[in-house]
Amino acid sequence: MTGPLLAGRPQPPMQDELLLRIARRELARRGPRLAITGPELDDLAYQAAADALLAITGKVRQFRGESRFTTWAYKCVMLEVSAKIGRHFWRHPSVPLGTEQWGAAAGPVRLRPSARGGVAGPGRRRAPGRGHRAHPRQREVFAAIVVNGVPLDALVVSLGSSRGAIYKVMFDARRKLRAALAANGYLPDDAARDS
Amino acid sequence: MNGWPALDRFLRTDPRDVGCAQAMEMLHVYAELVAAGEPAEERYPGIAAHLHACGPCGEDFAGMLAALRDAPG
Repeated sequence: MTGPLLAGRPQPPMQDELLLRIARRELARRGPRLAITGPELDDLAYQAAADALLAITGKVRQFRGESRFTTWAYKCVMLEVSAKIGRHFWRHPSVPLGTEQWGAAAGPVRLRPSARGGVAGPGRRRAPGRGHRAHPRQREVFAAIVVNGVPLDALVVSLGSSRGAIYKVMFDARRKLRAALAANGYLPDDAARDS
Repeated sequence: MNGWPALDRFLRTDPRDVGCAQAMEMLHVYAELVAAGEPAEERYPGIAAHLHACGPCGEDFAGMLAALRDAPG
């Protein structure tokens, strides 16, 4: 990313200044959870503001006047801030990616219902159907996010995917895992309750 | 994860959830409604469901609200 805001750090025009102010404020808001401080945080703000300006310029015809223009522009800044934080995560890669720790995530599945007071009797236990089994991609994404604690936006960068696609994989994995746990009596079976 | 109730909450999915793309498409409109005290959740239940469930989109939404509340006029 080499926008005009980064090239020698000139005094930004007024509209750039607004974007930079919003980016800085947003990074400061998220800062305590990011372990990013000082010049590094400011660098991210400059990058996010510069890329937000590019996004706004490129998408300005998509603005339909449903909100104030500045609100729409703030959204572009937020999305760039999130993307920059996602990329920044891998500058200090301490988190392994893979499914080798999947067993840790599946740990609760090995508990017997009676170990937690028993939500359902043994008569309700049944083998999970094929539809309850997670696909390898679902296992990979679930393990990365839930077990290894990789932020979703960082996983997007790592897998060359999109936030929406990763979220959908997680959504389906959560639904399947819950169905499997409910089918085995570990969690309430909403389908049985609603019927 | 704090026990079974927490696991249950985490694994539950809302069928109204519109997903990231649709939520982001309307985030500026939704955020303005919320900032103005309008019933955004009633108007856009699918977006509300998504913002409750999706950490990154929820974070962007929180940032939008903070920006709107700090912005002049």
